[in-house]
Amino acid sequence: MQTDMQTPRVLITGGTSGLGLALVRELTARGASVAFVARTAERVAAVAREHGAHGIVGDVAQKYDIHRIALQTTGALGGLDVLVNNASALGPTPLALLGDTQCEDFERALATNVLGPFRLTKALLGSLAASAREGRGSVVLNISSDAAVNAYGRWGAYGSSKAALAHMTRIWNEEMASQGVKLLALDPGDMDTPMHAVAIPDADRTTLKQPDAAAVEIADAIADLLPAVQATAIRRAS
Amino acid sequence: MIAADQPVQRSAASQLLHVDGSGRIRSVPRSHFIDLLRPGDVVVANDAATLPASLRGVHVQTGAEVEVRLAARASLAPADVLRFRAVVFGAGDYRTRTEDRALPPPLEPGQKIQLGSLTAVVEQLLGHPRLIALRFENSAAEVWAGLARHGRPIQYAHMPQALQLWDVWTPIAAQPVAYEPPSAGFALDWQLLAAFASKGIVFTTITHAAGISSTGDAELDRLLPLDEPYRIPSATAMAIHRASREKRRVVAIGTTVVRALEHSAARFGTVIAGDGIANQRIGAHTRLRVVDAILSGTHEPGTSHYDLLRAFVADSTLRRADRALDEGGFRTHEFGDSVLIFAANARTGRGARSPYTSRFLRAPDVVQEPDRLSPAGRLVGCSC
Repeated sequence: MQTDMQTPRVLITGGTSGLGLALVRELTARGASVAFVARTAERVAAVAREHGAHGIVGDVAQKYDIHRIALQTTGALGGLDVLVNNASALGPTPLALLGDTQCEDFERALATNVLGPFRLTKALLGSLAASAREGRGSVVLNISSDAAVNAYGRWGAYGSSKAALAHMTRIWNEEMASQGVKLLALDPGDMDTPMHAVAIPDADRTTLKQPDAAAVEIADAIADLLPAVQATAIRRAS
Repeated sequence: MIAADQPVQRSAASQLLHVDGSGRIRSVPRSHFIDLLRPGDVVVANDAATLPASLRGVHVQTGAEVEVRLAARASLAPADVLRFRAVVFGAGDYRTRTEDRALPPPLEPGQKIQLGSLTAVVEQLLGHPRLIALRFENSAAEVWAGLARHGRPIQYAHMPQALQLWDVWTPIAAQPVAYEPPSAGFALDWQLLAAFASKGIVFTTITHAAGISSTGDAELDRLLPLDEPYRIPSATAMAIHRASREKRRVVAIGTTVVRALEHSAARFGTVIAGDGIANQRIGAHTRLRVVDAILSGTHEPGTSHYDLLRAFVADSTLRRADRALDEGGFRTHEFGDSVLIFAANARTGRGARSPYTSRFLRAPDVVQEPDRLSPAGRLVGCSC
């Protein structure tokens, strides 16, 4: 999978369900060169086959998986222009008050939602900066949530971790500005995803945004952050 | 010198031996590196990430344990990972000094070596019991996954603990194409790059498939370095051209950068953007066309890396530097201390004699001529 200057090279974590899967579908359809990560080998193989993306089996919450993921991504794509840290963990399920939250559940939310994106971004920072030096795009998009801003009861582990992720994103963006790497946290809104169903089983699904619609918005946001030569390649014909 | 035996890339105690263009030698903390550079200097580093190129497995024919160290491939292309040149050891691991490692069982073309989930077929013997051309009977995607799962960084007996990929990736590591780390880049971090930007020092990169530095076998080591594919981005070629025109200095971070830039300049008269294969040996008689200074680890006389330094300064200066390294307690090997050597007579703006024209910026890929191949290249006949 070697790509020319025009084709953005994208890695999406959590790429076999919900928003991640929708992003794999949307970005491959727009002609990007896409790799994705997920934990279950069979699901990874199926999504890779269906969408012509490079599937990687791994868990971003596991320290020893991070460089293996980075290796396969930049190895197979030849570099990286866009990293989407989408894989997320809710913490305790069903959702619980903080006083009822097991420490291990809180740790898992932090490992997946903060430490994972930190480690993976750090492992791929050299590739992203190289893309910026070569005039390609260089974007890290971290999927956030309104729970990062608002104090929703029973969303303590998830909300705290997403708030930390959003703040880390802002600081890192300041630090990398001189190297041309852009980092941005984005809240896609409440979506009708497997994770949402676990969090709020009795939600009225008709009020929820479809992940495909959110993926279109996020792909447009990515295009806005890319240099013109790459943005044109993946801008949706409207 | 003392072997650096801990995988610490940037230690507060790291030292730097500075050899200036007049041959004056002094020792400073490596954190003072930036103070030895001037605004306008162009710093060029190798941004290659390091492959987990050591694979343990079984020689299927005999059931014997082997370690395969991938050593070279023909290009940097992501899908071009089915054929490698490789060095094969018998049972044992890096904890045994390479010179004491057992030979592999006698290898024949067509035999298979199972390396975790990967199956390698011996395609060709390359004139030495340890050196082969192999082909993976897997897809490129499977090779990447197999390397990620089963590969380990190549390492040596002076380092007791098993290295992880994060130990051998420089902070700027990008495309994984090196077999051993471009370790001069361990001196870089994001703080330093930000400081370069503030001081008006230009930072650029090339990507060069740094090969194995030592097999422990004198006969094989004489063939090093093997041919190494490299890529020079347009932005880097342009930065070098501007520096050349304006008589600013080019500072290479590591021997691989010197090899790539000087190869391109020797071939085209000027550094051009694109892919090439560095197949030259750089030594005392090489005329440097591009690079004015090199930041490097410390190297032992007789190695190809040491020979490369001879292109920068007279042997007498290098001998004085060797003594200073010994007396200063400098540490050697990839996690050790550094030297910064400015070419004698402090020339600036090398290559200024060939006026830059824009048509040089994007050239067709370098096509290798067999008569230009290094000894190792001839040995393997370009078959992989």
